Formats: sequence, structure tokens, C-alpha cells
Amino acid sequence: MSHLLIPRVITKILLPFIMLYALYVQFHGDYSPGGGFQAGVIFAAAIILYAMIFKVVEAERVIKPGVARALMAVGLLIYLGVGFLTMFLGGNFLDYDVLTHDPSHSQHYGLLAIEFGVGVAVAAVMITIFYSFVDPLRD
Amino acid sequence: MNPIILIVILAFLAGTAITIARVRGVFVAAMLTGIYSLLSASWMLALDAPDVAFTEAAVGAGISTVLMLSALALTTNREKRPDRIAVIPLMVVLMTGSVLIYVTLDMPLMGDPNAPAQVHIAPEYIDGAHDYHIPNIVTMVLGSYRGYDTMGETAVVFTAGLGVIMILGGARRVMSWQERQQKRREEGELVLEEVYPLPDADEVDPEGEVHPIDDDGGGAT
Repeated sequence: MSHLLIPRVITKILLPFIMLYALYVQFHGDYSPGGGFQAGVIFAAAIILYAMIFKVVEAERVIKPGVARALMAVGLLIYLGVGFLTMFLGGNFLDYDVLTHDPSHSQHYGLLAIEFGVGVAVAAVMITIFYSFVDPLRD
Repeated sequence: MNPIILIVILAFLAGTAITIARVRGVFVAAMLTGIYSLLSASWMLALDAPDVAFTEAAVGAGISTVLMLSALALTTNREKRPDRIAVIPLMVVLMTGSVLIYVTLDMPLMGDPNAPAQVHIAPEYIDGAHDYHIPNIVTMVLGSYRGYDTMGETAVVFTAGLGVIMILGGARRVMSWQERQQKRREEGELVLEEVYPLPDADEVDPEGEVHPIDDDGGGAT
């Protein structure tokens, strides 16, 4: 679709806003609808839109397939890491209360951390699945 | 929420579902599943579940449709006409459907304050979210109360990605396109862009003039 001028221009204008919105949904999940799953999907949608309107090759320059694959595992490991960190600090697995002195702050930090892990994992998985489905030779 | 809106959305959902089952063009069916997801998202929003509506709109209407269309590129775009109407599966579907509808008659009404879910565990969630100052109770429930579940869900998503890589990706995709083109050039094969030297859209003027393509393959955006 790289020959279509209007979608290209619109995509170029919209992309930063889509990504910013994904970050908003990611880090504002405690206060408003959203969270890691939704944010990850929105971020992946931005990359997929870019790959569809421009070329898959161009998108692969932004996020390399190998990087996306590694980030899949990194996201899950962040989540697990928070669990083991709370165990290391003397609490139960995923018991965020021990993260700081104030339990309310601890819950916020713990939720932010695990949501970040979820977001990274979901975005990476969606991008990886998309890369696996498309044939970059057929643009 | 006005019940008429809900009824209209549900009627559209049923109509879309029947159309998906009847239509033979796979492309049309893929687009209709996207519309179905969008309608589901609006229905969930009407039921005051913005988190679910959000996910449905992003995953169902967005990513699934794209993946469905990408999968269509790997297959034909017409569904084969079945030889005859399969009677036994139809019976099974009808019976399961009627059992499900019969069971829903016993379920508590929507928004019933005396429903078991509202009196047993929900008050604790609401109190907890209030004590910890987390306004979005959904996040609190899935992260704090049910952290194990969410961890499992993340693992499921990870496993799904792993499965797709194993089936479709393989070692083929680790090499990027340019690397493979380079490898083909080195092996003396014909490379696609040499066979069909298409200009990039960047290099095409609005007036329709085509600039010569750079020797390095273009694509410098």
C-alpha cells in the first residue's frame, strides 16, 4: 500500500498520537480504563499500521524481528521479577506491600511494574505474530 | 442505559453472526468479524465495562482483522460450498443453545444488588481499592488480588506468540528481508527488486513524474 499518498500522510500524522495514547493507557491504568494488555495492543497496532502503509521492511528497521522476540520473554520476566523481588524483600510472591514503607504507594508501584511487563509482552507478541504472518517479499 | 440501544446492538450482533456463517467470500467474512468485534465493544461499553470494550476494540476489531487478512493472503478467498446440510452438528448446536438459554433464566438479573457476585467478594474489592487509593478497581483486582491469574494470562500470551513462531516463523524470519536479499545477491540469484524495479512513493512527484531509483535500492524515507 506504499503507493497510496493520502493514507501515508494520515499515518505519518497519526502515528505519534497512537503511540502516545498507548503510553497513556499503559501508565494511567491505575486511574482510568486500560492497562498493560490494552496498551500493548495499541502500541503493536501502531507498528502494524506503519508496516502496512509503508513497508514491512521499514517496520522491521524500527523493531527488528529478533528484538520483538526477545521482548516477548523480557515482558514476562519483568512480571516474574516483581514477584521474586517481593519474595526477596520478605513478602509473599507478588505481595507488593513490602516494596516501600507505605502500602498504598507499594500497590501503585507494584501495579505499574507488572502492567509494564504485561504491556511489553503483549506488544512484542502481537508484533511477532504479525511479522510471522506477513510475507515481506509481497509488498 | 436505554434498553432500546442494547436491543439494537444485540440485533446487529445476531445479524452479523448469521451473515458470517452464510457468506462464502472469506474476505467478506473477515471484515464482518471485525464489525462483529466493534459491535461487541460498543455493547460492552453500554454495559459500563470500558476495560473490556477497550480490549475488544483493540484486539478484536484491530489486530484480529489484520491477522485474518494476512492469513487470507496465504490461502484462497472463496470458501468451498458444502455438499449437504450437516444435520447432526446442527442438532448439537441447537440443543446446546437452548440449554444455555434455559440456564440463563436462573441467573440473577443484570445489576441485581443481591446477586452472589455483588454480595460476596465485590465489597471487599471495593473496600481494598478505596483503602489503597486506586480508582480503577479493575486494575486493582487483576493486579493485586489476582496477580497470579494475570501472570498466567501473560504467560498464555507469550506461549501463543511462541506457538506462532514455531509454526509460521521458524528460522526463516530471523533473517531480515534485506539480509536475505543480500544473501540471494551473493548466491547470484535474481532479486525481486531487480526484476520489478518499482519506484518508492517518496520518489513519485504529485505531478506524476518518476524520479530514477537510487542504486542502493531506495527506501530512504
